[in-house]
Amino acid sequence: MKSNLKLFCSHAGSSAAGSCWRQEAKMTVHNIYIFDRNGSCLFYNEWNRKKQAGISKEEEFKLMYGMLFSIRSFVSKMSPLDMKDGFLSFQTMNRARETLQHIYSNLYVELVVKNPACSPAPSLDSELFCSRLDAFIRSLPFFSPRAA
Amino acid sequence: MVIFSVYVVNKAGGLIYQYDNYVPRSEVEKTFSYPLDLVLKHHDEKVIVSFGQRDGIKVGHAILSINGVDVMGKNTADGKDILEYLKDPANYPVSIRFGRARLSSNEKLMLASMFHSLFAIGSQLSPEVGSSGIEMLETDVFKLHCFQTLTGIKFIVLADPRQSGIDALLKKIYEIYSDFALKNPFYSLEMPIRCELFDQNLKSALEVAEKAGNFGAGS
Repeated sequence: MKSNLKLFCSHAGSSAAGSCWRQEAKMTVHNIYIFDRNGSCLFYNEWNRKKQAGISKEEEFKLMYGMLFSIRSFVSKMSPLDMKDGFLSFQTMNRARETLQHIYSNLYVELVVKNPACSPAPSLDSELFCSRLDAFIRSLPFFSPRAA
Repeated sequence: MVIFSVYVVNKAGGLIYQYDNYVPRSEVEKTFSYPLDLVLKHHDEKVIVSFGQRDGIKVGHAILSINGVDVMGKNTADGKDILEYLKDPANYPVSIRFGRARLSSNEKLMLASMFHSLFAIGSQLSPEVGSSGIEMLETDVFKLHCFQTLTGIKFIVLADPRQSGIDALLKKIYEIYSDFALKNPFYSLEMPIRCELFDQNLKSALEVAEKAGNFGAGS
């Protein structure tokens, strides 16, 4: 994925963190953020979100982008070696990477970039994209919410 | 496999201990003729490559030495500005050594407090109730593992992504901290740790962990 777009997906992660990201039975998809290169949030959707941040969505997007931006710079300075991809994930599972790649190449590029009616900014309003993304996330093997 | 470094951060975000266990050297020395085919720029009191990757020289690499003499920040050993020096055709051919810039102790302090706030934001933005902060942060060349004690001290270990047994190592470091730093009568809480026994025991714990955990399942 080349850097004009950042996808960030919250997977798994529970109070008993640390061990839970290894137990696939406990996986679920919480929510997804899509950011453009300037940090504005193009798209947000949530499925199984149990805790809200306690601030307005707008503030939350800024905070989330700020965190990701800082992590990228943090990681590039901290790294003992030269990196290719840089920051991948924190406290999450490996398959998230392919999932995000899929969302970018098969959904975002196909349904938003190749749609002349869809302006690149400031937010995604393609109904087709939203419904396809929703269907894709719901079809993921690890989507089903835990019996909480 | 390797463990790159260990950081201990107090509950206010201050770095109280740092140890580099293994610093891989990716340095390249090359002789250039005029004009230079790399674009260089000043950044944080260093001269770094901003464009033009070739022969192992990567964007972000800093100039470490010129004609075999180590540079002083953005100046050459005899005090001239590096960019000015390299503009002068009379100084060519010139041999320049590039590599990843080493972190200064100030930068390490800054990174430690940066992680402190990233950790807090991570837990605030979490979609799950009662989530802790970042416990593991993965990149393609290293994994950062963080363990926060109940008293708020964070132990951070940077290791190869394939290194296993880091959870146990973090607990072990906590144990060493309680035994050799906290029980030291000359140690004041929240202040940098300067205890020889702590150093020694930490080093041996790292050696044991490196030998024990290679390519294990999960880490």
